[in-house]
Amino acid sequence: MSIYTEPIRQTPAPTARPTVRVKPVMPEHHYLNSPKGIMSWIYTVDHKRIGLMYFFAIMMFFTIGGIFALLLRTELLHPERDFMTARTYNQFFTLHGAIMVFLFIIPSIPAALGNFVLPLMIGAKDVAFPKLNLASWYVYVVGSLFAVFSIVTGGVETGWTFYTPYSTTTNGSVISMTLGVFILGFSSIFTGINFIVTVHKLRAPGMTFFKMPLMVWALYATAIIQVLATPVLGITMVLLILERALGIGIFDPAMGGDPVLYQHFFWFYSHPAVYIMILPGMGIISELISAMSHKKIFGYTPIAYSSLGIALISFLVWGHHMFTSGQSELSATIFSFLTFLVGIPSGIKVFNWMATLYKGSISFAAPMLYTLTFMFTFTIGGLTGIFLGALSVDIHLHDTYFVVAHFHYVMMGGTVMAFLGGIHYWWPKIWGRMYDEFWAKIACAFVFVGFNMTFFTQFILGSKGMPRRYYSYLDQYQPLHGFSSIGSYILGLGFVVMAVYLIHSIRNGKIAGKNPWGALTLEWTISSPPPTHNFDETPKLIYGAYDYDRVMTDGENITFKDVTTVSNGDDHNGNGHNGNGSKRAKIEN
Amino acid sequence: MNPNGTLFMPPQASTSAADVDGLFYFIYYASILFFLLVVGVSGYFAYVYRRQGAPKFTSGIAHNVQLEFTWTVIPTMLVFLVFVWGFGSYLNNSVAPKDALQIKVTGQKWFWAFDYPGGSNSVDTLVVPAGKPVQLTMSSTDVIHSFYVPDFRMKQDVVPNRYSLLWFEAPNEGVYTLFCTEYCGAVTDTTEATWKADGQAKSANKFKQKGHFNMGGVVKVVSTRQYEAFLESSNKMGEGISLEVYGEQLYNSKQCATCHSVNGSAGNGPTWKGIYGRQEKISDGTSVKADDNYIRESILEPGAKVVAGYQNIMPTYQGQLKDKQIDAIIAYMKTIK
Amino acid sequence: MNSPDTAETVSVKTGDNDSHDHSAEGHGNGHGHGPAHLQHHFTDSEQQADSAKLGMWVFLVTEILLFGGLFCFYAIYRAWNPEMFYNAHKVLNVQLGAFNTVVLITSSLTMALAIRSVQMNKNTQALINMGITIALAGVFLVVKYFEYEHKFHEGQLPGRWYSYEGLQGTNPHIFFSIYFAATGLHAIHIILGMSFIAWVMVRTAKQEFSSIYYTPVEMAGLYWHLVDLIWIYLFPLLYLIG
Repeated sequence: MSIYTEPIRQTPAPTARPTVRVKPVMPEHHYLNSPKGIMSWIYTVDHKRIGLMYFFAIMMFFTIGGIFALLLRTELLHPERDFMTARTYNQFFTLHGAIMVFLFIIPSIPAALGNFVLPLMIGAKDVAFPKLNLASWYVYVVGSLFAVFSIVTGGVETGWTFYTPYSTTTNGSVISMTLGVFILGFSSIFTGINFIVTVHKLRAPGMTFFKMPLMVWALYATAIIQVLATPVLGITMVLLILERALGIGIFDPAMGGDPVLYQHFFWFYSHPAVYIMILPGMGIISELISAMSHKKIFGYTPIAYSSLGIALISFLVWGHHMFTSGQSELSATIFSFLTFLVGIPSGIKVFNWMATLYKGSISFAAPMLYTLTFMFTFTIGGLTGIFLGALSVDIHLHDTYFVVAHFHYVMMGGTVMAFLGGIHYWWPKIWGRMYDEFWAKIACAFVFVGFNMTFFTQFILGSKGMPRRYYSYLDQYQPLHGFSSIGSYILGLGFVVMAVYLIHSIRNGKIAGKNPWGALTLEWTISSPPPTHNFDETPKLIYGAYDYDRVMTDGENITFKDVTTVSNGDDHNGNGHNGNGSKRAKIEN
Repeated sequence: MNPNGTLFMPPQASTSAADVDGLFYFIYYASILFFLLVVGVSGYFAYVYRRQGAPKFTSGIAHNVQLEFTWTVIPTMLVFLVFVWGFGSYLNNSVAPKDALQIKVTGQKWFWAFDYPGGSNSVDTLVVPAGKPVQLTMSSTDVIHSFYVPDFRMKQDVVPNRYSLLWFEAPNEGVYTLFCTEYCGAVTDTTEATWKADGQAKSANKFKQKGHFNMGGVVKVVSTRQYEAFLESSNKMGEGISLEVYGEQLYNSKQCATCHSVNGSAGNGPTWKGIYGRQEKISDGTSVKADDNYIRESILEPGAKVVAGYQNIMPTYQGQLKDKQIDAIIAYMKTIK
Repeated sequence: MNSPDTAETVSVKTGDNDSHDHSAEGHGNGHGHGPAHLQHHFTDSEQQADSAKLGMWVFLVTEILLFGGLFCFYAIYRAWNPEMFYNAHKVLNVQLGAFNTVVLITSSLTMALAIRSVQMNKNTQALINMGITIALAGVFLVVKYFEYEHKFHEGQLPGRWYSYEGLQGTNPHIFFSIYFAATGLHAIHIILGMSFIAWVMVRTAKQEFSSIYYTPVEMAGLYWHLVDLIWIYLFPLLYLIG
């Protein structure tokens, strides 16, 4: 308790709360500067610092994975060899996939942004197990070192799915890569355990489950998947390593093993993992679309339940990755049916977001632009999923560029767009300073145009029959490949612009103040950047997370529309009402 | 049947292609409708309710039972329809007619071998008669491959130690591209070093490198008469020419050239230049003379004695080469000095 | 720092007060100074203990799923090769397996007794009970070692190491692949459990636990019961087929 016993700061006696807007100032002490020193970061158990450390680590890997992607697209400009050999190409797409999936996108929203905002959103001082949280970061670093080690010592060229028997017979550092994936799994599990317990046990008084922000619901559903699916990947990777290192024969057809069994186990994890990636993104969109349009979220309860529904059904659809692998017609049929079932909750979410915009007061700041981009690209990603769920059409499209385009529309057009929106939205909370809105719009335009150029063409390529993971291709595909590559450069340029203005704003941005967006979730009631222990007093809920119909706040002042019009009784929404009875606020302004 | 293809789809060249395309375009137009609905309505709201000046209190609408019911039920019904349609055509395609012509397919890094009834065979070119159902019984000798003919809209994984089935009927004569769609690697770096040293034109590189990306070929759909002629000529291969010449043909047609050079340059496997009678160092330290017995053993059981410095990656040719063909290859080897 | 007249300075100040005297403001159910074990982000010991328990249970779920994957492999390969599994299991030593089962169940009992002792403030007794638990775990490992050694000697080994000739049926090495993977993973868990208990013993010796606070002992106990439970499934599945 030592940090409590010493008076941290001397402040003059406070004066009355001002009723006019004051120019925001940076708080003197916040989590970034107290305590100080590199050791205080290495040993930190503060969820905000850990979230930030995750953020830097994953952005580093995003950059590396992105560079691999650009190199691949450059090689694919022409069917001939441009500058790399077939085997190098195979290594690069493997590394692009493995890095983006295991080191970037799975930890991206939960471990980086989620770590930062989850305790703040439910009014907790930290996650339930802060040391475990720190451990998960170090485990992540160790796992990523194994991955890097495998790149240095000969690379991996199995594809990120490590299909047997190819992965057990080919050259390269497959063992260190899969060991890295195994270790990274623990990092993911630790984060999942932490979030589940935090949501269950550390909510502020009055914050019932159905008053939680939807981001918290999404992270909660994600954590359930992380905890239930990751161990199965763990054991699969262990067996793969044993197979490769010792030849135990479990996946080796020559020894009575079954290589297709590996695919079942792999996808039993990796399909739910797709929802580890997209659910938190959906959570972010739910927050952003409500906050940026100052409008109560439409259909809180369906959105919350659909997160859980997706989490549960996601465990039952892994077989749709294997329609051509020779599983029985019956299982293919069942998996196809369940696949359509899991699409429905996602559709419900999209319609609810759409309806949220109705009669809002919509700002077009960067977070909203990314939200609208998400609506555009994720809808395409979702709809193209229907093609792939339909059995006979999937037979044609499986393992072609159509699939590549589909999952990039979902993963990048969905998760990454939501992630970018989230970064811009919480940027002022994380650093206390605003990013540059003008350059943010420019970058967003580049990303939007570049992304669609790159990947929409791939739908056509794929349905025309272009198989994926091809180093070279028939001349007839060249125009589309060339167009796609040019799109990827525009996309890359967008990211470079973004990196520049974001880094610049950390020191030079306009001071943001507590609540630059006028948002209503709890993280906006404390200073930016937040104090080391988040809430100096346990927060009281005096309005719901989405009560934009009756509350307005800039962080300092709260304005209620009409205190008498609100009652608890007939509000069935479950989300947006006052937590502690009707004796609450005075009207200001 | 659409012989030219559409914006999204390649030409239709099998009896099931039209059905698949029908479902594809049904989903396609339904998707466009939904996409326009979501993006159009969102864009319209975003414009009409754009923020002008300071933020203000907004409507508290958060529910509308009719609306929510509608947007849950209609998509559910649509996807159910798509499911039934896709399931139906999938089942139709999974049962081959009884009288289907049987052809055996073997996938190997990185070529396809076809065995026809009556003992003929071919590599990378599947010849089938038009208008007759053909059933392929497929297996792999190394890793998983996948047999894919886009114009037929069909694809099936080819798994080691397991037989997978695929059938189709191509009504029209023509030549259709065949791909491998299950990732299966590429040659190792040692070979590439030589290829670079060769220093030929870029386009040559495209074909000299071997791997998943060019493990393909063509399906030739021909008339019944031509098909029978093909079987005959295939059976007669090697007749009327010397063993050496036949061996050279096999060297190219059976994909020996993928790994073994005849000019002394290094490859995935030892060069054939001067191979006959050479003393080869084996990976276990002993050495062996490359005589008829050793060469025959290496073709049929490649892993038995691997030359030092090379990997045990060669697939077996057991069942794919007849005795006479092995003799021809050995005869050809003797000529490469 | 300039103007102090903003709301956050106000709340920061109260925050300081709060952390100094833990007055009831802010926390509805003010927790006073709280015992030494209470971490700052929890309101009270009960919340902390509840969280720890929930976290542990969720962790145990992940452990079960880890072994669950192996059990699935077991089920699939046994369904494909029922004869071979039946034949192969006969070379396992049922007596040793049964002995180990008894050893582990007894160790679970002593671990439960250790928790009981801590709850009653009898720390010495707790230390003895935990010591017995670790010793029994050691016995288990020693027995396992001799079982393994025998199999190494006989060539009853996984995959390509298999050289035993006394078995009928196709691919009996797969049974041993699963046997070694499952029991090996379980043995690793035994070692982890022993370390966990040893760590709790050190803390018990330092008198950190009492009837008021004994969560880590309870957690070690939960973990140990799980390790025991997994063996209770492994034993019949591997040793008692048919």
